[in-house]
Amino acid sequence: MSKNVIVIGGGAAGIEAAGQLAMAGYPVIIIEKGQEIGGHLLDWYHLFPDRRNSVEVVSYLNDIAENRNISILKNRQTEKIERNKGNFHLRTSAGDEIEAGAIVVATGFDLFRSEKKEEYGYGIYDNVITSADLEKMFRAGDILLKNGKAPSKIGLVHCVGSRDEKSGNLYCSKLCCVTAVKQAIELREKLPSSKVFCFYMDMRMGGAHYEELYLEAQEKHAVSFIRGKVSEVGVAHNGSLVIKAEDTLAGRPIRIELDMLVLMAGMEMSEGGRKISSDLHLSTGSNRFFSSIDNHYGSNLSNENGVFYAGTCTAPMSIPETISHARAAATEVIRYMKNTGK
Amino acid sequence: MQFDPFVIPFNIGLYFIVLYAVGRSVIWFRELSRADKLRLQRGFFGPAFAMSLKEIFMESLIHRKILKTNWRLGYMHMSLAFGWFLLIFFGTVEADVFGTKHLNAPYKAIFFRFFNPEHGRSGFEAAYGFLMDLILAFILSGLLLAVLKRFWSPAVGVKKTTKLGVSDKIALTSLWLIFPSRLIAESFTCGAYETGSFLTGSLGSFLASFLPTQEMAYPFWWLYSLSLGTFFILLPVTRYMHIPAEIFLIFMRNAGIRTGDRESSYSEVEVHSCSSCGICIDTCQLNYSAGINTIQSAYLMKGIRRNEDVKDIAENCLMCGRCDQACPVGIELYPIRMMERRRKSADHEYRNLYKGYLRSRFPLTPEKDNETPSYSYLAEESPEKADVLYFAGCMTHLTPSIKNSMVEILNASGLDYKFIDEKGGACCGRPLMLAGQDREARELINFNSQMIWKSGASMLVTSCPICYKVFRESYHLDVEVLHHSQFIKRLIDKEAISLKFLQKNVVYHSPCDLGRGSGVYEEPKEILKYVSRLEKSRYEDAESLCCGGSLGNLKLSSEQRRKIATDAANELTASCPDILATACPLCKKTFSSATSVKVSDISEIVAEALTKTSVPKYNALKALSKPEMANV
Repeated sequence: MSKNVIVIGGGAAGIEAAGQLAMAGYPVIIIEKGQEIGGHLLDWYHLFPDRRNSVEVVSYLNDIAENRNISILKNRQTEKIERNKGNFHLRTSAGDEIEAGAIVVATGFDLFRSEKKEEYGYGIYDNVITSADLEKMFRAGDILLKNGKAPSKIGLVHCVGSRDEKSGNLYCSKLCCVTAVKQAIELREKLPSSKVFCFYMDMRMGGAHYEELYLEAQEKHAVSFIRGKVSEVGVAHNGSLVIKAEDTLAGRPIRIELDMLVLMAGMEMSEGGRKISSDLHLSTGSNRFFSSIDNHYGSNLSNENGVFYAGTCTAPMSIPETISHARAAATEVIRYMKNTGK
Repeated sequence: MQFDPFVIPFNIGLYFIVLYAVGRSVIWFRELSRADKLRLQRGFFGPAFAMSLKEIFMESLIHRKILKTNWRLGYMHMSLAFGWFLLIFFGTVEADVFGTKHLNAPYKAIFFRFFNPEHGRSGFEAAYGFLMDLILAFILSGLLLAVLKRFWSPAVGVKKTTKLGVSDKIALTSLWLIFPSRLIAESFTCGAYETGSFLTGSLGSFLASFLPTQEMAYPFWWLYSLSLGTFFILLPVTRYMHIPAEIFLIFMRNAGIRTGDRESSYSEVEVHSCSSCGICIDTCQLNYSAGINTIQSAYLMKGIRRNEDVKDIAENCLMCGRCDQACPVGIELYPIRMMERRRKSADHEYRNLYKGYLRSRFPLTPEKDNETPSYSYLAEESPEKADVLYFAGCMTHLTPSIKNSMVEILNASGLDYKFIDEKGGACCGRPLMLAGQDREARELINFNSQMIWKSGASMLVTSCPICYKVFRESYHLDVEVLHHSQFIKRLIDKEAISLKFLQKNVVYHSPCDLGRGSGVYEEPKEILKYVSRLEKSRYEDAESLCCGGSLGNLKLSSEQRRKIATDAANELTASCPDILATACPLCKKTFSSATSVKVSDISEIVAEALTKTSVPKYNALKALSKPEMANV
């Protein structure tokens, strides 16, 4: 029986789980499709609610990865996973062959492809961008329109690909609201003369200190929150974006011209996760994320013995939730390895 | 022997159904509009009459169209209908030629063997008896299929068979009993007198070997007569009413009468002409993709016949028109469903006077029109003068790349055009019409019409087949209305735009409202052949699928829609084309999220193929003039 543990995915969940397992003495092999570890964090600028620089969290992950029990195979994807008498046999796209006693699936999430909501004009109009694109702009330092000018009126659209039956995603991605509030504040700080509008369905400010951030956005930064979905986006003769929406509190349709529109793309089951779910016959829910065998006390356990879940491959989660979930996954793996005598 | 009490049930049934058919026909005729009455009268004394007779033979007896769609189902219908006809025809001849008297009462022919048990001994008589047995065997083979179909429908190549009500079940049982009881009754009689041919004779001798045939025959003659009588009396309240109704329908249709958009005795006859063959159930995507099998047209017809509340059935339909095309009886199912959707604003209703036997028309007091128009808040637009108007429509605004492509194409043509709903306009009205709210739709139609009149344009181009259909059918405009595929085709023909060939394999999906709904099949395909390699799918032209996004269905859940869309997209992209092309913003939007193949509107493909070569504006102006048409 192999004492190795394979972790699929080198994001926050994968690295944290690997670190815990390595400390417990298990050799861990992480398979990461990208060049760097850190996952989506690498593309993010500041994190909510305290607006800490994501670089700090990435360096925490890098420190963990230093553990000599951990080896990381970068630029690789899983090609084939087979069960072989209680062991797993995995082949990567680069041809590595790995034996292991357990697998931690930490494949994370993909952002909803906003071009699927064609009515919002992503990929059609120049100044319609996604929340991820905006983070990259923050990183680069300048918020600029395609013509090189600074925007003066910016709209943020919540629930793009979340809570949307037509997109096939009935669930709430739960982090887009607070991301929008954080980004609205940052926009107002970077561009003090700009006006920022958030188009929301409901403000879901469930996490610690989220509500405070929301109040700050309204009181200190004068962000306008409009309750209603954007129905369509067009372009006016002067090149600015024309947004049609409904203000459901005022009970009337509105038309507004903006320079830039930011789409708060929701979270979806990742492409890599889907492949693994079919390779290992792991069950998924109606939201297409992996479904655990118990929602209350077994959220790390899959329907296959020896396969465990960590992080957002099971549902949308914030960074602190992901870290906790990954630690819990490590605990489950250790218990499993001990019980099976590995 | 000239009479026996057992013929009474048959006689009651026969005279009832003859009187009923005459009475019903008179009522139907009286309820026709004046124009339709004239059409029918003229049709009776012209070539239409011969056409009708031919059609009655081909469709009501042979069932040619059902045979073409499904030969086993067709054979079942043919053997019962045509076989029964032959049996009556040759039976009557037999009774006239071999009977004691000529010009007999009908029962003499039907129960010929009972009254002439010694018949069939001479050579010629035996040959005739052989013919009669052959016909009976033909019918019985079809009956066997019918029984099989009822209990195991794949036997006749039907996935789902229609569900039956109580009266239908009794009528069905009596129909099923007619021919076996005739066979057994005749066999017993033949067994007793040692007559009969290969079927009745052989079975008769076999039965005679161990049964008292003389005594056993009589109850079966009673059963035969009773099942005939029951069948005739129940006929008007069951689906078997389609037998006489279809004949009436064929005469009316060949005389030039059409369904239109108001309930009339023509639609009434259509409703009764449905034989519930079930072909509409098998063509329905709601059935095979979404598992909904209670709303198909056969059930709608049945519900209307029985005066049931069919609102839910009428509204749970994609209005794709596939069943309308497939119906072997030629019932115009689409307009009939629309009538049911408009039921609330109808000016009369049908009520049953006595059970299902008579349905009569009662006037309703119309609702008063609302004084103030509901859309008074819409700003009155007075567009600038232009030659061509472009109306993108709501759905195109939700798929902006189509709108942008059309603007590119219009700019490239150099035509003087005006984009009338660039800043968002009023709806064309069709979604309201599909929901049966014609009066409300009329307000939108008036609003848009005024804007179009004021522009003085000669051509209106729209990107959305939904708008296209309503502009053509329900607006009274003096401009030529074109779908953008027709417009682009004309620009290509007149060399008003120059296009390069794209090295792409394309499959074309014909949108319901453009293809089946408006008859535009060729132009989109010709454009695609011009700029790409067009591949054929299994669902061409009238057989094209519905994308599932239809505005027509008011009941479907998103999940069911997605299932229909995914199934349809999988079928269409079976050959792995580079692009799944369509000509409707709604189809594009629906398919985009259902397949990984790129989905494009025809305008996007053309915009991509546009070259910078400038073309003389003169060419585009030629495109404005209507193509030569015969006087209509």
